[in-house]
Amino acid sequence: MDDQETPLSLILFSGTDDRLGAAAILATGAAAMGRPVNVFLQYWALDAFRKEKVTAWHGAAPEAGPAGAVLVRTSQTAERHWSELFRQAKDVGDVKIHACALSMELFDITTDDLDPLVDDVEGVAAFMSDATTGPITFI
Amino acid sequence: MTLTETQITKTIDARGMACPGPLMTLIGAIRAGAVGDTFAVLSSDAGSKTDIPAWTTKAKHELIEVRPGDGYSTFIVRKAH
Repeated sequence: MDDQETPLSLILFSGTDDRLGAAAILATGAAAMGRPVNVFLQYWALDAFRKEKVTAWHGAAPEAGPAGAVLVRTSQTAERHWSELFRQAKDVGDVKIHACALSMELFDITTDDLDPLVDDVEGVAAFMSDATTGPITFI
Repeated sequence: MTLTETQITKTIDARGMACPGPLMTLIGAIRAGAVGDTFAVLSSDAGSKTDIPAWTTKAKHELIEVRPGDGYSTFIVRKAH
């Protein structure tokens, strides 16, 4: 694969399992197709990456409703969990997951609290400098 | 029906795996394999029908055949490099 691929930059805000799952699918697909992926974790998405609760139930987006929430919950089996998809994405391609420095402070999270999927802590300007080419998607 | 022309190195039964599981399994197998190895991937995931050809083209491997089956498709992919 050539290395001139347009990067995909994902800003993850929501910490519900369905939105994280959708983001993980996008990251995995982009990585498989040779596109570098930058993920920036803010607010509830960052909170969901705490290592002691990464595989815990994080709820579903409001539009899911009660029945949709059940569907989301049952879909998050060990091999289909969004954290596993991010692991596969990192395994197959160039995927970097950054924690937003401000959100770390706001939620009183230290790097030791985070799942090893998270590569580092970054300020928003550093993330934007990585994301100068290609789309930025906010989920 | 049997594949008389193509010798399969390894068959990957990914039926029941959700998108993008079958593709990811194929990528893993191709990476671990040797040039010329040919893999048969059985997938019931509808996404595989577009994803496996797209990835094979992009990664410059060879999609030899897509064979429809009952509720699944078989993708024959050769590691080209």
